[in-house]
Amino acid sequence: MSPLALRRFWRNPRGIAAAVLFGAAAAVTGIGYAVEIKSVPAASAPRPIQADTARSLAAFAKVASVLRNPRCINCHTATDFPRQGNDGHPHIMNVRRGDDNHGSVGMRCSTCHQDFNQANGVPGAPKWSVAPLTMRWEGLNDHDLAEALKDPARNGHRSLEEMAEHMAHDELVGWGWHPGGTRDAIPVSRDEFVRAVHEWIDTGAASPPAR
Amino acid sequence: MISNTLLQNAPRAAEAYRFAVASPAVVQDLSRRGFLKLAGGAAGLVLAFQFTGRSAKAAGLLAPLESTAGSGGGAFAPNAFLRIAPDGIVTIVVNHSEMGQGIVTALPMLVAEELDADWSKVRTEFAPVDAAYNHAMFGIQMTGGSTSTWTEYERLRMSGATARAMLVEAAAQEWGVPVSECHTEPGVVVHTSGKRLDYGALAERAAKLTPPQKVALKDPKTFRLLGKPTPRLDSRAKVTGTAEFGLDVRRPGALVAVVARAPVFSGKLVSYDAEIAKRIPHVKAVVAVPSGVAIVATDYWTAKQGRDAILPSSKWDAPPEALIDTDEQAKKFAELSRGSGAVAKQEGDAEAALKTAMTVIEADYALPYLAHAPMEPLNATVEWTDAGVEVWTGTQFQTMDRMNVASVFGLKPELVKIHTTFLGGGFGRRATPPSDWIVEAAHVVKSARAAGVNAPIKTVWSREDDLAGGYYRPMFHHRVRGGLDAQGKVVAWHQVIVGQSFLVGTPFEKAMVKNGVDETSVEGASDSPYRVPARRVELISPKLPVTTLWWRSVGHTHTALAVECFIDELAAAAKRDPLELRRELLPPESRERRVLEAAIERSGYGKRELPSGHKHGIAVHQSFGSYVAQVAEVSIEAGRVRVHHITAAVDCGTVVNPLTVEAQIQGGIVYALSALMYGEITMKEGRVQQTNFHQYPVLRIYETPVVDVHVIASGDKMGGIGEVAVPPTFAAVLNGVYQLTGNRIRTLPLSRSGLA
Amino acid sequence: MTSLHINGQDHTVDISPDTPLLWALRDHLGLTGTKFGCGMALCGACTVHIDGEAVRSCSIPISVLGGKKITTIEGLAELAKRDLHPVQQAWIEKDVVQCGYCHSGQIMSAAALLAKIPKPTDDDIDRAMAGNICRCGTYERIRAAVTRAAELTAQA
Repeated sequence: MSPLALRRFWRNPRGIAAAVLFGAAAAVTGIGYAVEIKSVPAASAPRPIQADTARSLAAFAKVASVLRNPRCINCHTATDFPRQGNDGHPHIMNVRRGDDNHGSVGMRCSTCHQDFNQANGVPGAPKWSVAPLTMRWEGLNDHDLAEALKDPARNGHRSLEEMAEHMAHDELVGWGWHPGGTRDAIPVSRDEFVRAVHEWIDTGAASPPAR
Repeated sequence: MISNTLLQNAPRAAEAYRFAVASPAVVQDLSRRGFLKLAGGAAGLVLAFQFTGRSAKAAGLLAPLESTAGSGGGAFAPNAFLRIAPDGIVTIVVNHSEMGQGIVTALPMLVAEELDADWSKVRTEFAPVDAAYNHAMFGIQMTGGSTSTWTEYERLRMSGATARAMLVEAAAQEWGVPVSECHTEPGVVVHTSGKRLDYGALAERAAKLTPPQKVALKDPKTFRLLGKPTPRLDSRAKVTGTAEFGLDVRRPGALVAVVARAPVFSGKLVSYDAEIAKRIPHVKAVVAVPSGVAIVATDYWTAKQGRDAILPSSKWDAPPEALIDTDEQAKKFAELSRGSGAVAKQEGDAEAALKTAMTVIEADYALPYLAHAPMEPLNATVEWTDAGVEVWTGTQFQTMDRMNVASVFGLKPELVKIHTTFLGGGFGRRATPPSDWIVEAAHVVKSARAAGVNAPIKTVWSREDDLAGGYYRPMFHHRVRGGLDAQGKVVAWHQVIVGQSFLVGTPFEKAMVKNGVDETSVEGASDSPYRVPARRVELISPKLPVTTLWWRSVGHTHTALAVECFIDELAAAAKRDPLELRRELLPPESRERRVLEAAIERSGYGKRELPSGHKHGIAVHQSFGSYVAQVAEVSIEAGRVRVHHITAAVDCGTVVNPLTVEAQIQGGIVYALSALMYGEITMKEGRVQQTNFHQYPVLRIYETPVVDVHVIASGDKMGGIGEVAVPPTFAAVLNGVYQLTGNRIRTLPLSRSGLA
Repeated sequence: MTSLHINGQDHTVDISPDTPLLWALRDHLGLTGTKFGCGMALCGACTVHIDGEAVRSCSIPISVLGGKKITTIEGLAELAKRDLHPVQQAWIEKDVVQCGYCHSGQIMSAAALLAKIPKPTDDDIDRAMAGNICRCGTYERIRAAVTRAAELTAQA
């Protein structure tokens, strides 16, 4: 999405409405992944966009480093299974994303994972599941990753502001900073990450050039 | 009621007991040679046996035990292995441990066949510890070596036949007719006139009779049960969750202990802060035991919380040699294999033959430590009262356990009762000469009482404890050199085997370690059936602090791999088909040859077109008196070895239960594949790196090949079944991988090479 | 005090709320049919049903189970109002068990699968049963028994 198109999207309630509609449909059919659209962002005051590509790209680099952290990308896979560990190996025991991204019949995510990390090291957080394939980040280059974040069809039908909100407050996202067990937390603090997300958006949400 | 025979025979039973426990001859009986000799029993004939009384084998036939004789009035208990109640229920006392191998079905089949019992009325119970229940060959009460069925094949049939003869006699008396006019049908004595009396009705009268000195066994042609697919007797209990494993034992007032053990082998506890654990509610005691410090609480979860809390502040001492690095150790083993060791086999002059050979090839096979990882973590419940000590546990080694527990408490062995439960897997781990987990549980009870806590205590291991707990299949290195002449014939074989002995320093050393050669380290290599004119097999047994043990199929776990892979390598070097080379080297009438041909035939090896990217690998091996050949169909999918199908042909002589044979072949193959693909225990600075099944993966359902089992009813000498499928699996798959890739994988597991 | 609804009955246990369900069942309620194998949701031996879904009882504390319906191997047949659940029946017919230790969990996983997919494919079985380890290697007969249980359920 070009900065111009982005600005148009940012300001255009129709586009937002379409995204909300889409999200609602997804929720009804049960394929929604963390789709929680509480209000139409028209209610939120438009923020000034000070396009600054250099700053935006620098901020995006930090954002991307977090998204590609194993704690995030292991469940934003391009495969029909989640991954595990810092090496991103396929989740052991033939775990599959299943029809609803919450596992196969008989082997649901919730068969082993609860809403919180367990004392025995089994990780958990609310809505524990794999991101839908539309939201896959695995294998995306910088350009495609940035585009994916901005595309409602590929970001869970969120406006950029909603996405920033999701990054800042969603509990499943937050698990990446408190992964429990012997897992490495995301090295960039969540505050710093959220600041980078806002910085990227506020400076035009620039995408690195396509190669 | 206690039958007269008990009183009459008590002194003889006691004599047999003394013989079995005290005599050094018992230890002699442990030797593999003795075991093969005994296998010569001529099956397939109607035999008459004389009861001599002076052998462990006859012990259980002489009298019932007080503890197992009929509890109600009118029961008939002619010997230690069965009793018949007036309601016709036949209770068969099983003197071997049920760890999945189906012995709780196979042994009752032996008794019931000759008793002509109504199978639907057969019940089982596990034997208490008594000389009457000693292993018919090894002379102590134990389960192992894939020997239970064939060593009991005569004794238990005699047990049933004796009882049947007495029931027939009782009926003849009742009717006032000659015995010769009576015969039996399942559960009933029938007179030629058509009169019938069922066994229950005859029990009281039969109990008053003196057992015959001679009994006839059935003509196998008339068998109703033996050789027929017979569903397991323990299925219902196991599918409803009611089967009692050691971990399920709940004694009134019992507490649970979890032990913090040294982080390295031979490490010793120096200090710990008991208060950290004592602060946790429901922790009852924190006591030192020889293996570390035990946290005793009302339940496992609390005890484990206590253990996890106390560990970080605990201090341990360990000698420098305990700080093992298994990668370094593997290198050292490879170096050692360049030297020479104790000679396990010498035929011709292998060194000279290698010098004059046209082609010489050599290969190094490096195999890691392996944990047994039975599904049920180790545990034992120990109760100490004025009357003595009682132990509830799943064990393969009752006689040793009783002696070892008795010595902890300074009691006579007779005052220690071992209650054998179902075993949640054994694979050898529950047969340790020092009874490690049971002795530890005994120390926990003893120390807890000293600390003022007097209760039965179940000491429970976590999975992490199990994987770090030693008693592994030893790490082994094989260096093999082979020579070929100009015609591509194998003229020399030199094999040096390096790996720890687990028998040195145990009561088994005297019988099973000869001239520095632990038979269990070389079996399968020193007795290879391949006819090579010059062969030398040597063994080097380094001493290390890591505790090691027999692991399903023992020495064959590594020797079969080395021998069967190297035969393949020799074939490739000679540019010959691996099957053709085996055919040339195996005696034409050998049982190896017979199972190999059967597996080849069944699998369509060399004839059937396989799917693109699939190849066959073959291997054949004898272990525990049985012969197994396998043809594995393998491919590589996404860089990983996938085993699609295995055809297994097995000759175990006489088959008691075909359903069990099939199950054990399938299960043995899965056990081997787990080790082949993933299995390794590694150490850094002495610390075991694997903690649970994510780091010590085992095969899961989606990785399991289809296994086609072909049983050859050879009628030859009977062998074992529980372990025999494991050995050839490794080489069959690896040889298939070579056919696919041209690469020889000689270091296990495959996950090390990124192939699993 | 924590209330637990297990196999159609209410129980209360006076233990630490972070205690995993497995140990409440085994050590406090005497329901030892549910087995301990790894304590980390890696082996499946402790599988129970919670509101009809297969769950590893070693990895869920009792504190979150208020109001949930828990079924263990002991209650499986009874809740199906039968002597044996079709999965248990199929397990016996196919002579599946060896040591038997893992099979409470295997059966609970299979029953959870069949409740949702009455006629599972081999892939369905391989996925649903993938979390259950059997060290004796009974997998081939497990596959056959799950298929047989589907037939038995269809006949019932």
